[in-house]
Amino acid sequence: MGKKKSESMSRALVRQETISGYLFLLPSLFFFVVFVIYPMVMCVFTSLFDSTMGKDTQDTFIGLKNYIDLFQDDVFLKGLLNTIIIVVVSVPTVCAFSLWVASCIYQIQDWACSVFRCIFYLPVVTGSVAVAVVWKWMFNGYYGLINTTGTGLGILKENINWLGDTRFALGCIILILFTTSVGQPIVLYVSALGNVDQSLVEAAEVDGATKLQVFWKIKWPQIMPTTLYILVITTINSFQCFALIQLLTSGGPENSTMTIMFYIYHTCFKLFKYGYANAMGVVLALFIAVLSAVQFKLAKSE
Amino acid sequence: MRSNVEHTTPYKVISVILIIILAILFAFPLYWIITGAFKTPAAVMAAEPEWFPSEWTLRNFETLFSKRSAPLWELAIPFSDHFTETGKLAYFSVGPKLPAALRWLVNTVFMAVVAMLLTCGTAAMAGYALAKKRFIGRGILFSLIVCAMALPKQVILLPLLREMSALGLTDTLWSVIFPIVGWPFGVFLMKQFAEGIPGEILEAARIDGAGEIKTFITVVFPMIKPGVGALAIFTFINSWNDYFMQLIMLTNTNTLTISLGIAKMQGENATDYGLLMAGAALAAIPIICVFLAFQKYFTKGITMGAVKG
Repeated sequence: MGKKKSESMSRALVRQETISGYLFLLPSLFFFVVFVIYPMVMCVFTSLFDSTMGKDTQDTFIGLKNYIDLFQDDVFLKGLLNTIIIVVVSVPTVCAFSLWVASCIYQIQDWACSVFRCIFYLPVVTGSVAVAVVWKWMFNGYYGLINTTGTGLGILKENINWLGDTRFALGCIILILFTTSVGQPIVLYVSALGNVDQSLVEAAEVDGATKLQVFWKIKWPQIMPTTLYILVITTINSFQCFALIQLLTSGGPENSTMTIMFYIYHTCFKLFKYGYANAMGVVLALFIAVLSAVQFKLAKSE
Repeated sequence: MRSNVEHTTPYKVISVILIIILAILFAFPLYWIITGAFKTPAAVMAAEPEWFPSEWTLRNFETLFSKRSAPLWELAIPFSDHFTETGKLAYFSVGPKLPAALRWLVNTVFMAVVAMLLTCGTAAMAGYALAKKRFIGRGILFSLIVCAMALPKQVILLPLLREMSALGLTDTLWSVIFPIVGWPFGVFLMKQFAEGIPGEILEAARIDGAGEIKTFITVVFPMIKPGVGALAIFTFINSWNDYFMQLIMLTNTNTLTISLGIAKMQGENATDYGLLMAGAALAAIPIICVFLAFQKYFTKGITMGAVKG
């Protein structure tokens, strides 16, 4: 009965709903517009100016010059390449690893499942600074744990300066990023696998389907939305990898761990090229938007 | 949780063993932080790793707490620079002088708690309005929120810094709190929860003559409480660990958060790992305790946000 009533709302009621609706939205909308939408617009706007941080000199409008410069900037291109390497390596491994862990633990006893989930989530909760500091110690070139155990066991012939060597630094960053990225996907996959329609699984098992067939034909399509969500958030996270770089390598050695996010920070606070940094931010946002759209398309077509 | 728990195949046994080994590896850095915090400098730099400290010392914590002291709590009153004679922000400070590291901890707790309360309050109201009110512009508003969510948060930080300095809020905790409150994920999450409120109940409250605010407090809020709990713990942990924003907004020693303080220390005395581990432990242990205590709510927040990602 109540439904009928609300469907035939009078105009006065609509107006009342609009007013009260906006009143409820007002506090949230205030923060959203002032501290999210406005800076977003300003980011695009200032990217069209030659603007210097911390100086009162007038900004000069230079159109798309910042964007043209970007793609002739070797450091930016190196950062772009490194960021793409990080994304291409870490997104599939994070997804595959977390799916494997989740499929192993989702059917065991509740308490054990929850213990495992917590442990794999720990590096996320610990916070990027604490994680970065402890890994810096473990990777230390002289008395770091990895070197001392490595040489002790005879795996390493001599101490390696992990974070100071162009061959290893990016790999180390990707490894640490991996440990701080799998927590959330595992939680999501455990819940998604738990929601898979059991009657379909049982029917398939009665028909003599193998474990692998059950997984690919029944479970995989049902957890597809979760996979898609995980792909998107992991991509965004990998693109934004910043704290590890800043605390461990500062983009070095020889820009081998330079990422876009770190270069934005560097350009703004060390080179003081504010407009230029914002142009990079816009490019980064576009990259993420395009990639998310592609992932959505691919997932839909499957 | 069915009968197939019992019949164990070799594959299952191997994978469980593998996962236990991996779990130990994942927990190891935390173990290394905590034990490292109590190690002597000699043990920290030992060529033969000390898996378990042979000699426990509080030295690192003593050094950590001997750093510059500051009032326990000092709060900038936002926008007060327009009213004071000097044109500078007015501060409200209480408590005796304490080590800077403790002050950082207090700052972080204050920042996370205020961000959490403001986010939950505003998001609960907005989510309810978006889910249950039929008003003009609702569709557009909601799609704007979803689009904003998909954008990288860190990209807007540079313009935010300029905005904060124009508002006179740089170097205050408010410059970190306000953007967290503005981030639309909370509104999105609350809308998901509020959709579950049956329209009949709201109708009944209206017929009973309850006003909008009364309906919200007595009817709506109790029904979305689990969601608010999830959002609260989610916001708390995320704002505690939001290093990039803190790094850009806060520079004064007295306004630093604990992770920022540790990061600064790392820059100053890069090789005293015992001291750094003490700081890392101080930053990580409280938030891990909060996480473990409210773990159920937290998991719920993560999964609910993904239902309609």
